[in-house]
Amino acid sequence: MKKLLAGRLLVAAVLGMFALFAAAGPAAAQETVKFGVAGAHSGDLASYGISGLRGVEQAVKEINAKGGVLGKQIQIVPEDDECKPEKATNAASKLVSEKVPLVIGHICSGATKSAMGIYKEAKILAMSPSATNPDLTQSGDYPNFFRTIASDDAQAKMEVDFALNTMKFTKIAVLHDKGDYGKGLAEFAKKFTEASGKAKVVLYEGITPGAVDYSAVIQKIKKSDAEAVIYGGYHPEAAKLVMGMRKKKMETVFISDDGVKDDTFIKVAKEYAEGVYATGPKDTSQNPMTVAAVEAHKAEYKSDPGAFYLNAYAATLALANAINKAGSTEYDALTKTLRAEFVETPIGKISFDERGDAIGVGFSVYQVQKGVYVELK
Amino acid sequence: MDYFLELFFGGLTRGSIYALIALGYTMVYGIIELINFAHGEIYMIGAFSALIAASVLTMLGLNQIAILVIASVVAVIYSSAYGFTVEKIAYKPLRHAPRLSPLISAIGMSIFLQNYVLLAQTSDFLPFPALIPEFAFMEPYSHIISSAEVVILMTTAFVMVLLTLLIKFTKIGKAMRATAQDRDMAMLVGVNVNRVISVTFIIGSSLAAIGGVLIASHIGMINFYIGFIAGIKAFTAAVLGGIGSIPGAVLGAFVLGWTESFATGYVSSDYEDVFAFTLLVFILIFRPAGILGRSTTQKV
Repeated sequence: MKKLLAGRLLVAAVLGMFALFAAAGPAAAQETVKFGVAGAHSGDLASYGISGLRGVEQAVKEINAKGGVLGKQIQIVPEDDECKPEKATNAASKLVSEKVPLVIGHICSGATKSAMGIYKEAKILAMSPSATNPDLTQSGDYPNFFRTIASDDAQAKMEVDFALNTMKFTKIAVLHDKGDYGKGLAEFAKKFTEASGKAKVVLYEGITPGAVDYSAVIQKIKKSDAEAVIYGGYHPEAAKLVMGMRKKKMETVFISDDGVKDDTFIKVAKEYAEGVYATGPKDTSQNPMTVAAVEAHKAEYKSDPGAFYLNAYAATLALANAINKAGSTEYDALTKTLRAEFVETPIGKISFDERGDAIGVGFSVYQVQKGVYVELK
Repeated sequence: MDYFLELFFGGLTRGSIYALIALGYTMVYGIIELINFAHGEIYMIGAFSALIAASVLTMLGLNQIAILVIASVVAVIYSSAYGFTVEKIAYKPLRHAPRLSPLISAIGMSIFLQNYVLLAQTSDFLPFPALIPEFAFMEPYSHIISSAEVVILMTTAFVMVLLTLLIKFTKIGKAMRATAQDRDMAMLVGVNVNRVISVTFIIGSSLAAIGGVLIASHIGMINFYIGFIAGIKAFTAAVLGGIGSIPGAVLGAFVLGWTESFATGYVSSDYEDVFAFTLLVFILIFRPAGILGRSTTQKV
């Protein structure tokens, strides 16, 4: 009999707790709009996740001070995934059960991929400030995915667009340094050039970093009759290639990436560097919103913001703007508004394309003019 | 045909540089059977001292040829001093130790010198002025072979002839050959073996320094790490030609330079090193002592 009583008490206690939670849930939901924030908030890559979380916090603070969205305050619901795909699914499930209408995150591409399926089923929108893997937007598997950072292939696309559309070249040589970064870019550049149908890749080759000289490769470029070289890699080899080409009196245009958009390149190649094109992140440091956002971070944490602070800040602003414009947090209305509306953010005036990549974010083409890199508008 | 010639001369230039470094490896090996892994670093130090000398001289406003000559002399003196000191500090105390000990000592010296230059100078690449002038009479052929390449080839050829004469016809050359054949016996008949070894290191280092000045001026940039890869390639060339043999080192260097150049030109630069080392393996299978190597004791 005693046992039975204890059992009943336990059941009552459990039920009571459920009732408590159930009561608390709807009550909170009426007052706030929940923004899920998922990413690595602990572990090896915590600095990435925390920089993102802080970006959301500062943006939310600013939005709430101005009255929030739809007359409600924004409430942040953080979930930690440690950048691990298996933890990301747990974090995603938790956010789904919290009934958040949207998630800012995840941080790492692998973790983002494993969480996206769960959000898709629950009709939750996710916007990452940092996941750069091209598949996330290009595969079409994740229609609910957006991001405020340029994807890995955006630079290659920029270079190819510039060579083919701005400069109207028809013969392109693509070289790389056999490294992950350089080869990855070069593969995309080759793919985009071939897919465009406007130009031919006349040479595709990897060079050995640190080799004594590149005279044989340079002769090969000359023989291939390429009008431009697109090079994926870093500045020491680029400087050797450019100097070798110019010394052989070749005028072939040299286009490269942000591994080459470095002042050391100009310092080493000197007058031979003139006219070289390189893509690099857009310069937004003078933007008043950027200055204000960075100041807010400094005031709060007494340090400079981390890697994805501005991207997360921008994502929060874009989402809050979309909610206000759409008049609801409902999935279809929200995605439609995100794709239609431009919004001012610290990373520039942005909107989103069909695949979820941000328009207006990313890279500019720079050219060496009189010994400095000048942004071409 | 032009394309073939371009690749041919490109490979020849590269081979000349390898040869200047490989000679140092092969001479030292011939005399004390030590693979001097710090040799690539001597080449790098030569390039650095030439850069410093050239910068100072340019400020003084000398003409190009004078700068080239003086900077080369400075590089030779500096590198020789380093080569001499390295031998005294790292190899001489280990002369009677098991053969592995000086080898490890050499690797240690190589790492030490690299990091010393890294700390004393910088880890960044530095621009190196084009010290070799563009000759007007070379202009019509400049697409095939540049003035700098001609100077490199001529210097290498000149240095090689000089070295051969030195070893064949001078007293110190005779002493070197004697030491290479049998060190103890040479000592017994009155050859100052320690002095011979020092001279060998000085000559080897001077050649590496000349190589350093020429290639740095041709390529236009240097950093503390250039000696490592050049050293590995030159060592490969020395083995290819038959380590210990002077004509072998030069021939091996040319064969290596051409292989790399033609493999890049006609196949793909992705496989440049694959071809170079496949060739090395094949030659060593059929001629284990290298192209000109002899299994007899005569090495210099």
